[in-house]
Amino acid sequence: MKKYIVETSLSYPKKGAMGKTGSWRVFKPVLDTKKCVKCLRCWISCPEASIHREKDNSVSIDYDFCKGCGICANECNVKAIVMEREKTKGK
Amino acid sequence: MALKDLPVDECLLQGNASCPGCPATIGLRLVLKALGKKTIMVVPACCTAVIESLYPYTSFDVPVMNIAFEAAAAGASGVEAALRQQGRTDITVVAWAGDGGTYDIGLQALSGALERGTNFIYICYNNQIYSNTGIQRSGATPFAAWTTTTVGGKTEFRKELGEIILAHHIPYAAQTCISYPEDLYNKIKKAMSIKGSKYVEILAPCPPGWRFSMDKTLEMGRLAVDTGAWSLWECENDVMTFNGKSKLLLEKKIERKPIEEWIKYQGRFSHLFKPELDEKRLQAIQEHIDHLWERYRKCYVKI
Amino acid sequence: MTIMIDTGNRIAAKAAVMAKPEVVAAYPITPQTTLVEAIAEYVARGEYKGEYICVESEHSAMSACIGASAAGSRTFTATSSQGLLLMHEMLHWAALARLPVVMCNVNRVVGPGWNIWVDENDSISQRDTGWIQFYCSSNQEIFDTVIHAFKLAEHEKVVLPVMVNLNAFILSHTSMPAEIPDQNVVDNYLEKYIPKWKLDIDNPTTFGNIIGPAHYYRVRRAMQDAQLNAKKLIPQIAKEWMKLSGYFHGDLLEYYKCDGAEYILLSMGAIGAESKIAIDELQKAGQKIGLARVRVIRPFPVEDIIKLGKQADLVVIDRNISVGLEGALFTEVKAALYGQSDAKATGFIAGLGGKDVTYKDIETMCMKSMKGKVKEQELYGMEE
Repeated sequence: MKKYIVETSLSYPKKGAMGKTGSWRVFKPVLDTKKCVKCLRCWISCPEASIHREKDNSVSIDYDFCKGCGICANECNVKAIVMEREKTKGK
Repeated sequence: MALKDLPVDECLLQGNASCPGCPATIGLRLVLKALGKKTIMVVPACCTAVIESLYPYTSFDVPVMNIAFEAAAAGASGVEAALRQQGRTDITVVAWAGDGGTYDIGLQALSGALERGTNFIYICYNNQIYSNTGIQRSGATPFAAWTTTTVGGKTEFRKELGEIILAHHIPYAAQTCISYPEDLYNKIKKAMSIKGSKYVEILAPCPPGWRFSMDKTLEMGRLAVDTGAWSLWECENDVMTFNGKSKLLLEKKIERKPIEEWIKYQGRFSHLFKPELDEKRLQAIQEHIDHLWERYRKCYVKI
Repeated sequence: MTIMIDTGNRIAAKAAVMAKPEVVAAYPITPQTTLVEAIAEYVARGEYKGEYICVESEHSAMSACIGASAAGSRTFTATSSQGLLLMHEMLHWAALARLPVVMCNVNRVVGPGWNIWVDENDSISQRDTGWIQFYCSSNQEIFDTVIHAFKLAEHEKVVLPVMVNLNAFILSHTSMPAEIPDQNVVDNYLEKYIPKWKLDIDNPTTFGNIIGPAHYYRVRRAMQDAQLNAKKLIPQIAKEWMKLSGYFHGDLLEYYKCDGAEYILLSMGAIGAESKIAIDELQKAGQKIGLARVRVIRPFPVEDIIKLGKQADLVVIDRNISVGLEGALFTEVKAALYGQSDAKATGFIAGLGGKDVTYKDIETMCMKSMKGKVKEQELYGMEE
């Protein structure tokens, strides 16, 4: 990455530019890998690219950035993902 | 093209500033999977300007130029001309704008760029409102929908921008929806393969803007297609083809769902259902869509 | 070298084409039209090999220039009056983006009612956009200044857009001779354009996303520094050009017969040229008055004005009005003098709406000022 000297509003790519957005979550998606049929619907549907896809098309959830929208659970045809309330912080 | 065939690489990075359940980021991921790294994006004022995140960082791993609200297509024309002079015709120039920046304030620059045959892809992600400024009406907002500037419901029907685009007779124009990832991906890929001006519009149901639960973003898109409120089509060199479910609807191979099946899930239409049923406006919406599809059939069904 | 006898617009077009911008995007407006038409002729003859985008508005012209410049190409455009005003938003954009776009503006009256003659309210009202602004008074100066503009805009200590102003008709449509150097002279002077930042797929950046107050403040300060750098560089780059071309248009002000003057007239553009005749006449009649024609209003030549204030009282002629206050140059001259000099400054607003300002008029204004008959600033030549 080359930094330009001229001072204007130029921004550089960074994963987590807004920090770990997983902290926004109220409900968290929980994946039951036994039920997963590797259809990849959750992977392609995630607005946050926080469902990682492995070489064998199995998936895992990246809780660092998942904002907890629940689209993955809603899209899963075999109910392999369910939403569970996050434990309240500080308790 | 199956989901497993879509590339793994992401050009929209995690941890960006989008709302949970955001349709724009779902669309951006798909669009950037199709476009790849050899892409320059021009973005006018819209939610994406926020999604990029805060200076000095960005969530985009391709070059992005933000430009004034009405200027996306003109800015992209300049980028494209410069790249052509530099012999960099391997780079795809993309304008990515919302419906406010496309239907309304940016329409003149868009029309100009299309008329000049600018070699670029103009993508409108249509969430039917000015969402970035906090849900105001746009030319794409449907009749009777609540927005902060149409408090009792919009009194006009939305314009058919697709038909305005078609009047430019560009080599490729298409409508798709984030709920159909293969359709969306394929349309961007096809647009990339064609020289000249390309226009792709993506329906992008917005949870806070339409007032529905954020896990239902894709479902709202599918219901829009099922009810005929939105249609999937592509027009290549003036040959129109309806795609997927919209094709089946056009050919009457499946029944169009009543419009209520789409709007009843959206808080922006809740005043049509309570305190009492507003049959008059519900009927007006349904008649409008019926009329639209009659026209589609007259124009596009081959006898 | 050749002598070209042609209008200001066509000589500006010649200079622009010789600077070899890779992209020109423009929209026609009277009285700029013959400038963009001339570029179209160069395109048709194959003498201009860049992209010429015929956009659908001035707003899009500047937007396309911004896009092309951000993509790493040298760019040029031209406009006038309403067109400049329509660009206003994008003028700020280009400057804040630190893109060295060069533009000719043909100073024309702002409507309504429609009036295509000269006054300078169009560009004067763009002073705060961050653009460097030149005002020319002859076709030779237009040629040289357009070439300078590219050099200055792209200078690593500047990196700001530059506007070269020429008055409607008096310059834009009046034929005058100008010496045009050979292409290789221009090529040697303007080296290959190297952008200071660009949209680059090998080094992806996002330009212009959301920026907080602290960082934005720094961007503004950097623009201010760049403008102040330009103040020092303008004479320097003009000297470099003189070595190659023989002509020097390079000081922030052009001084004419100022030695021993007790009064100095400050004016701009075509009135500046006409003022020379007035000064000749006044000096012949024994008046101790000289001329300082203001060539650059952004950056504003504060130090030079102070120096003049230490020598003489000042008479300022504005072909614009900042309604609710006075002529803009008058305000800025007084602001420069504040606390630095006891010189008295008086002023006139003249030639609004394209009303002719002859050397006789200028003499009358100067005499009135020198006789102490002007309190502050007054409107000259208005017919009741």
